[in-house]
Amino acid sequence: MADATSHLPAAGEGNAPILDPRYTYASVTEKISSIVLTRKTGRGWIFGFGIGFLLLMIMFYTIGMVLVRGVGLFGINIPVAWGFDILNFVWWIGIGHAGTLISAILLLLKQEWRTSINRFAEAMTLFAVACAGLFPLMHLGRVPKFYYILPYPDTMGLWPQFRSPLVWDVFAVGTYFTISLLFWFIGLIPDLATLRDRSSSRVGRWIYGILAMGWRGSAMHWHRYEVAYLLLAGLATPLVVSVHTVVSFDFAVSQTPGWHATIFPPYFVAGAIYSGFAMVLTLAIPLRKAYGLEDFITARHLDNMAKVMLATGLIVAYGYAIEAFMAFYGGNEHEISAFRLRMLTGPYALFFWALILFNVLIPQSLWLTRVRHSVPLLFVLSIIINIGMWLERFVIIVSSLSRSFMQSKWQEYWPTRFDWGLFIGTIGLFLSLLYLFIRFLPMISVFEMRELVARTHEEAEPSASSSGRVEE
Amino acid sequence: MKPAHRIYGLLAEFDRPDVLLEAARRAREAGYTRMEAYTPFPVHGLAAAVGFHHTKLPLIVLVGGIVGAVGGFFMQWYASVVDYPINIGGRPLNSWPAFIVITFELTILCAGLAAVLGMLALNGLPQPYHPLFNIPRFEVASRTGFFLSLQRRDPKFDLAETRRFLETLSPKAIYEVPVLPEAKASAA
Repeated sequence: MADATSHLPAAGEGNAPILDPRYTYASVTEKISSIVLTRKTGRGWIFGFGIGFLLLMIMFYTIGMVLVRGVGLFGINIPVAWGFDILNFVWWIGIGHAGTLISAILLLLKQEWRTSINRFAEAMTLFAVACAGLFPLMHLGRVPKFYYILPYPDTMGLWPQFRSPLVWDVFAVGTYFTISLLFWFIGLIPDLATLRDRSSSRVGRWIYGILAMGWRGSAMHWHRYEVAYLLLAGLATPLVVSVHTVVSFDFAVSQTPGWHATIFPPYFVAGAIYSGFAMVLTLAIPLRKAYGLEDFITARHLDNMAKVMLATGLIVAYGYAIEAFMAFYGGNEHEISAFRLRMLTGPYALFFWALILFNVLIPQSLWLTRVRHSVPLLFVLSIIINIGMWLERFVIIVSSLSRSFMQSKWQEYWPTRFDWGLFIGTIGLFLSLLYLFIRFLPMISVFEMRELVARTHEEAEPSASSSGRVEE
Repeated sequence: MKPAHRIYGLLAEFDRPDVLLEAARRAREAGYTRMEAYTPFPVHGLAAAVGFHHTKLPLIVLVGGIVGAVGGFFMQWYASVVDYPINIGGRPLNSWPAFIVITFELTILCAGLAAVLGMLALNGLPQPYHPLFNIPRFEVASRTGFFLSLQRRDPKFDLAETRRFLETLSPKAIYEVPVLPEAKASAA
């Protein structure tokens, strides 16, 4: 705690340095790239990757079984045709949103503190979207026919139904994945060149060299690069808002009681950012500890992310309140009954109150500076919020579908071991990709850190920017 | 001394971004036009100092976005109105509000692709070989080094003369850059 407060002078948190001014171009480069290039693969890495890999095998087993035997292995049926598949899709997509928010929106808002967290937050986005994409794919039932949903000149003379939110989803998520990948890769190019020049192994030089595409750091190249990066950020900003909006349309455009609400788009977007920041914290806290990156991902970063979580969490809480209020105010008997069942008498009422506890009540502790500055508490909170957001999707999807208009249609949904297998399996996919990423690519943007070094030195002593230079 | 046609140019190394910026300005004032600076991170004003003011990239991105928007809407309109019209309770075939989402997504997709591919194309990347990679010391350009190159195709370029000029800019070192890799360059 004492350590945390020394980073944050009481005079004003905004003035605390994002980066210790003693860092130089060479030392930031060395510190970040050594994780990839020179440091031995630690036991912790092997252990963590091993767990991820084991869970990944569960995913492959589940996918294999579903491909052979069909979606009957899942707990879904009519009326609850959207079980874990859609719930986990929404959950993973939401997690991805924080990465784009950090890399694009905070860039446009000139929030310098984003620099040390944007790279792995973007990687998290990519991997989360990859996990998300698997669920609707498996849910199709006839997986090899997935391309029917794309507009292509087929011999049957058919087109996708462009008026359907499910088709919108394909375009939104496809665009989101592509743009996130481009954004991430563009950001990586100068760092790949650094790795190419620093790598001592021939294979490393060769692979990083090919990926860096001959980047030389030329002034004209940097100029176009910065223009492209800024434009991409400007494009990604409305995109990220649109993606979860479209995801919420899957629900809001339908007439199912409990889904048919205009508050859905904004409250889904806020919920996505909420869960995404929680996931960034869940990942950043162990990572900075394991790789000694406390100087780059400082107490101020954690504090800022906690504040974003608090703000988006309040929007989400407002969403819950308005959703319930509108159901009763609107006077539609099906909506009222849906909410009564969701909150009080239905089979999933316990889940609803758990989600209120996890998403609304416990996170209010973030108002306290002491909580925001306590790393273990933040870690626990971030996991609680992740679970809470997962419960939220469960309640929205399952409680609404299981209790729609006619009582004769009422049926409950409980996940089978294949539902759990695919969910836990995608956590394995996520972990495996993440471990490979931190092992083979710089998890913090090195060139942006060098830029930050230059700026920190300029601000400290405008005349002596030479302190940024260090001989190797 | 190597024959002049085997030389790509001269490369001077500086140890600070502000010194490099000043050197680039002085080189322009001295009448050099074919030059390029290399830095480990974007340095503000350097592109202008080496004589680069305008990039067409925003225009390319705009065109990409327009293509995405028009193409995306056209695809949906064509499918719903011309190629496969379905009359559902007399609702209009060209139900444009329902087409907005996909139009928007394709606008972003095409503009984003145009930004990335346009940037790479204008920068001439991927470029596996460049004469500068013959200088072993050039590898610090991606970490701590700041470089200025004056190229032989510059009408004002003269090996001895230009070297003397570069020496007045107080560089850390000056290198002769060969065009081809077999002629290894030596530090001056």
